[in-house]
Amino acid sequence: MIKNSESKYKDYIADRSKYPKMENGKPIFDLESHKYTKIWQGPQHPGVTGNMSLEIVINGDEVIDCKTHVGYLHRGFEKLMERRKYIQCFPIVCRICVPEPDTNEYCVSAAMEDLAGIVVPEKAQWLRTLNLEMSRLASFLMWTGGQAGSLGMGTIGQWTIGMRDFWLDLFEEMTGGRVYHMYMIPGGVRKNLPIGFKDRARKLIIRTRKLLQDIENSFLNNAIVKSRLQSLGIITPEMIDEYGIVGPNARGSGREYDVRQNNPYVKYAELDMKMITSTVGDAFARAQIRYQETHQSLDLISQILDKIPEKGEIQAKLPNVLHWKIPAGQTYIKAESTRGEHGFYMVSDGSEYPRRVFARGASYTHAIAVLEKLIVNTSISDIAALMVSLHTCPPEIER
Amino acid sequence: MEQILKRIKEKIEIEPVTKQKSDLYFITVAKEHIELILSYLKDYEGFTHLAFLQAVDYLEDNKFQLTYMLYNYNIKVNLGIKVFINREKSEMTSIHKLWSHAWQYQRELHELFGIDFPDSPRVHESFVLEGWEEIPPMRRDFDTLEYSERTYYKRPGRSTNDPQKYMKEKLYKNYVEAPKIRRDND
Repeated sequence: MIKNSESKYKDYIADRSKYPKMENGKPIFDLESHKYTKIWQGPQHPGVTGNMSLEIVINGDEVIDCKTHVGYLHRGFEKLMERRKYIQCFPIVCRICVPEPDTNEYCVSAAMEDLAGIVVPEKAQWLRTLNLEMSRLASFLMWTGGQAGSLGMGTIGQWTIGMRDFWLDLFEEMTGGRVYHMYMIPGGVRKNLPIGFKDRARKLIIRTRKLLQDIENSFLNNAIVKSRLQSLGIITPEMIDEYGIVGPNARGSGREYDVRQNNPYVKYAELDMKMITSTVGDAFARAQIRYQETHQSLDLISQILDKIPEKGEIQAKLPNVLHWKIPAGQTYIKAESTRGEHGFYMVSDGSEYPRRVFARGASYTHAIAVLEKLIVNTSISDIAALMVSLHTCPPEIER
Repeated sequence: MEQILKRIKEKIEIEPVTKQKSDLYFITVAKEHIELILSYLKDYEGFTHLAFLQAVDYLEDNKFQLTYMLYNYNIKVNLGIKVFINREKSEMTSIHKLWSHAWQYQRELHELFGIDFPDSPRVHESFVLEGWEEIPPMRRDFDTLEYSERTYYKRPGRSTNDPQKYMKEKLYKNYVEAPKIRRDND
């Protein structure tokens, strides 16, 4: 075995004699030795996604240990829902996630329909697909701004947030609300499409594609972005099962898992789409996957606009929702949000109130167990980029 | 999936088996078999993804129901494993050695339901509640109204109004109905 000092690459190998020894991927250190510093990032910090905080120990500018803290955003949705009638639960759930509320709405409505045995009309299913895909697109646009912002490129964030606002205008036309839509009520959807909506959406798709071309040129082809994101936060294929990683984070490491294709819901089975994967597994691969999925979203939206039937029912007949008793049973409904598998586990006991509703967000494992593993040995300046590249969203953790 | 269920049935008791959807099954196992069944499903049947671990409180039966939701990437089926445990001095085997993110769910269940998982790492750390001294809040016998009345004081100077009358008189005095948007089926 060649020692580091004898190797011909010895000038290129960093001297790590002053760093703590590693054991099982975790460094062993003694805080009392005054060699290391403990600092907090968050809960108010521009580099932390949402309201959570990281308690990190650093050696120089390198993170050697991290503990995540949540609890700054606990609103107790699950407890609130236990004391509310089914229809009263519906307007609460979209508040769980601000950038992408529609996945929550869909899961809760679909869970109630599954337990009560209600069949949703054809046109309502198409409108739900359109709404879900538009919310995915809006969330991806927000993410692109976040990832660029975490590397100091604030301009791209302004472009994408601006473009997201145009999509929010379409949401407003379609549902009446910009951020929280409350559109997919149990049994169907609330409203039909306004006249001329499809043309306006098609025009906006062309505009968004132009913006995405600019983003590709200035962000994904940027040498600084590549040098910062490549080899940052590598997720190995073995970690996927061990940590329950889903969504673009898993697809970036080669796992072909997309709920829209593996277990198709609403009308995704009738749409033409391909699984986008990569085998590199670092933050840059995840950024590329999300960029391609933004294009895929636009493609799907234009397919959906072509396929929405002109006429048809949009609402199935429901019993009086104020006295709606759902038969006893339990179900788990999942959908693909931009962060991965997003699911609702609903237990009914035959009364007017749900026994238990549990929201399973993809960030539950991404933001705690996976982040605490990947953050070790990264530079303190890369924490923000790493957190955004995992697309963590604290509201999903606390609910 | 039917064959997998048949193979499990040969080993342990899993009745009742419920088929909720074409890709969602539920089975019920005894408390002492949980580690056995989970490691068997993970290692031999390909249920490698643990989607969540959650509890349901059945206060009237004096029981907690724990649900382990697994997913198989090959046959694309979700399998929920239900376990009933005693509500008093509730304790459950920890599965942190099977999945590295299971300790998170166990920490949450310890804090919000009061279920203990011996040997699970960081299980006694606080998750979302700091300095909580009441009974675990997600238990059904925790009275939220009584707690908030006891903990928070009523702010003076507030008066209650009949909401309908109040809205009409105060807020929407100059209310003009918005122009109607024409939609497809009109």
